[in-house]
Amino acid sequence: MAEAPDSPIAARASERLIAHFWMVLGVIVVAFPVYYVFIASTHTTQTILRPPLPLIPGPEAAANYRDAFSGGVSRIGGVSLWRLLANTTIVALGIALGKIAISMASAYAIVFFRFPLRMVCFWLIFITLMLPVEVRIQPTYKVMVDLGLIDTYPGLILPLIASATATLLFRQFFMTIPDELLEAARVDGAGPWRFFRDILWPLSLTNVAAIFVIQFIYGWTQYLWPLLVTNSNEMNTIVIALKKMISFADADTPWNLVMVTSVLAILPPILVVVLMQRWFVKGLVETEK
Amino acid sequence: MRRTVFPHRLLPWLLLAPQLAITLIFFYWPAAQAFRQSMLKEDPFGLSSTFVGLANFRKVLSDPNYLNSVQVTAVFSASVAFLAMSIALFLAVQAEKIIRGKGFYRTLMIWPYAVAPAIAGMLWLFMFNPSFGTLARPLRVMGINWNPLLNADHAMILIIAAATWKQISYNFLFFVAGLQAIPRSLLEAAAIDGASRRHSFWTITFPLLAPTTFFLLVVNTVYALFDTFGIIHAVTGGGPGKATETLVYKVYNDGFVNLIMGESAAQSVILMVIVIALTAFQFRFIERRVHYG
Amino acid sequence: MARILLNDVRKSYSGNQVIHGISIDIPDGEFVVIVGPSGCGKSTLLRMVAGLEAITSGTLEIGGKVVNDLEPRERDIAMVFQNYALYPHMSVRENMAYGLKIAKMPKDQIEAQVAKAARMLELEPYLDRKPRALSGGQRQRVAMGRALVREPSAFLLDEPLSNLDAKLRVQMRLQIKEMHLRTGQTTLYVTHDQVEAMTLADRLIVMNKGVAEQIATPLEVYQTPATEFVAGFIGSPAMNIFTVEAEAGGVTLPGGHRLPLSGLPAGSLRLGLRPEHLNLAETGQPAIPVDLRSVERLGADAFGYGVIAGSDAAMTLRLPGTTQAQRGDRVDVAPDPQHLHVFDPTDGRRLENF
Repeated sequence: MAEAPDSPIAARASERLIAHFWMVLGVIVVAFPVYYVFIASTHTTQTILRPPLPLIPGPEAAANYRDAFSGGVSRIGGVSLWRLLANTTIVALGIALGKIAISMASAYAIVFFRFPLRMVCFWLIFITLMLPVEVRIQPTYKVMVDLGLIDTYPGLILPLIASATATLLFRQFFMTIPDELLEAARVDGAGPWRFFRDILWPLSLTNVAAIFVIQFIYGWTQYLWPLLVTNSNEMNTIVIALKKMISFADADTPWNLVMVTSVLAILPPILVVVLMQRWFVKGLVETEK
Repeated sequence: MRRTVFPHRLLPWLLLAPQLAITLIFFYWPAAQAFRQSMLKEDPFGLSSTFVGLANFRKVLSDPNYLNSVQVTAVFSASVAFLAMSIALFLAVQAEKIIRGKGFYRTLMIWPYAVAPAIAGMLWLFMFNPSFGTLARPLRVMGINWNPLLNADHAMILIIAAATWKQISYNFLFFVAGLQAIPRSLLEAAAIDGASRRHSFWTITFPLLAPTTFFLLVVNTVYALFDTFGIIHAVTGGGPGKATETLVYKVYNDGFVNLIMGESAAQSVILMVIVIALTAFQFRFIERRVHYG
Repeated sequence: MARILLNDVRKSYSGNQVIHGISIDIPDGEFVVIVGPSGCGKSTLLRMVAGLEAITSGTLEIGGKVVNDLEPRERDIAMVFQNYALYPHMSVRENMAYGLKIAKMPKDQIEAQVAKAARMLELEPYLDRKPRALSGGQRQRVAMGRALVREPSAFLLDEPLSNLDAKLRVQMRLQIKEMHLRTGQTTLYVTHDQVEAMTLADRLIVMNKGVAEQIATPLEVYQTPATEFVAGFIGSPAMNIFTVEAEAGGVTLPGGHRLPLSGLPAGSLRLGLRPEHLNLAETGQPAIPVDLRSVERLGADAFGYGVIAGSDAAMTLRLPGTTQAQRGDRVDVAPDPQHLHVFDPTDGRRLENF
């Protein structure tokens, strides 16, 4: 909340000016790398390789982006930009929606039912909070090989779909639903399905949106896992493809197309975050505490 | 504890089934395998293995490369956590002073959260590439022989910068929320008691932010330990030499590149212990968390 | 509409009994209030009737049918909750219609029912609002409306007025009474407020620690409380109750004062005297001397709080509003022999035959 300007603890005008200065500086530092790659994507490779890069967009934007989409990226990465974007979208959506579905279901079971071993199940799920994929990559990879999931969408999605975070969040939220609401619904004749559809789901929408944003980003930005389970270029996500383009860099690397790919790898999640900012911030700050 | 629940018996199991199945297949089974493997020694072709007890752990812990990687991880994580949190706190405090335009700054501030760590690394490498990075030129002009691809310190600085950059927005959002949760009346009381603005920041605001700071400390540490794999893999590949080989990077390198399974698994188990300790640590403090008004 | 029959209904949580065998026959159309202090089990009992809590033993019949094992919706009841439990994302109309929709009532019939209830509760202007845009009293009426539209055979209310301010509470109390007269529905009403209990009930169930201390009409409960607990709980200010020693010809009060009350069984007894049944003693009349510690003047009446002289037995007196008595005065009061209450000191039961 902003103070009234005459409040004793509100900043004086001069201090506010200084604060603005620091914020502008902060924003420049934070936004500059993204801006830089965007600028680079609008110049020719020759310009990019002859620093300093101009600080304003160049004339090649249309040409670069057209080329990138119509086969330019396939030439260097062996797979089309469309395919990369589709792969990444499928993975990010699969992870986000999958997580929401299975964690809502399990949180619903844990909060609104009583059954033997309920707390055991809760702890089984809860403990997985502590096991990020990075600490168990090798054996998890082996499971994927055994299940024949290498180079498949399920292979990219499934191991990342079950994390305790979303389940805990939904559980936390469901516990704030007053008992009386469930009781009123039961007196009104609602069973588990109707209660979920008519009452719990509409009330959860904000939380669903928040989790969606967080998990979409999580899915889109995955690195280690897609790196391991995709051998074929066809199944790469855009992040992995970009890394491959750079590591095989030689004198002929069309840097302008690499920059275009970078922009397209960054843009969708940034759009999601900025457009769904309200839910995202709420979800992030409220749920992770 | 809920007073009222649905009386069904089978339905909850059906609802839990997907999550339990995935958890068992992709969490518990692999974790158990990691434990098993950490006690085995495989021949180079993976055809047979023998039980060696804690030998792998002993070997790992006395391996100078591993100890180097512990040191690298410590320097890297501490720098990232400290920088990302200080900068974010500073900016959050500035943002609190601002009356108009807060939302605007926030919108511009949250981008990096959406950028994949690997891409964050690549962005910084583009900017600071010794041969064509625009920002590498001023460094050379200043007489620094800037080359993160060959110079260990430069490599470390670059990945710390990229990792810090990516984490500032996350910390910023939490510090802003934490600052807003501090009751205005406390600051007003301090102002009436005659505390200067700077004084009341260090004696009131900062102590009251402790829960947020502490939470972020754990989150940032976990982030620096694990989520930065992409940055390192994309920027330095652990090099030059082993100058930026963190613990997670080494698990990956030994398991997938060098194919020494037993030792890689032993390292995984050590990492799991670290994460579990961090999480337990965090919970102890969350329990004691200060609740405002 | 239906008769509700509870036969030795009990409830235990993991071996710990919280409702100890309650039986009552509630004829069709009766308004029964369950009253008691918090934690006495009154809400639990109501929720057992609603089907929200399982019945451990005993039988519950609604409308001639044993419903122990039926789901709430199969019991044909409607319920009003203390915090109203309105669905926050639905409009007033949708809130009221929800139960009917689940019951698959035809749309036009739902419309008609909702319109009827809205008219009765003066909710017509608010039908399209969300609960958060309503005042406390309006929300309360929506909760009532949601129960009314169902035309259930029994109407259950769980402290429906306790979240309202004092003035609204009086208004709503009258409205509930009127509604009951109009619909004639069998009603079970839980409250901790004795004014609500006394004014609304055809019959009261006074509960304490999971036991029905007394089931009777409000007047009976007031005039002949069955136990010391009931005597102390119903009536405002509360009845004065203290231990006396009875022998032939009289009783000895705390502080050693004697009162010539005859016909009491000899020995230790608990004697109860309501403040409104203690009159200022005329000269020479046997009396209880009371040392006043404070006097509250309410206008029409004044309440004097003190102790029986020479003891620490508390006494509350109801004095005329114009009384000059003040703190530190000694007042002599004489009990009305028509309104003596005597209880067994061991089990608290009322002793009648003296």
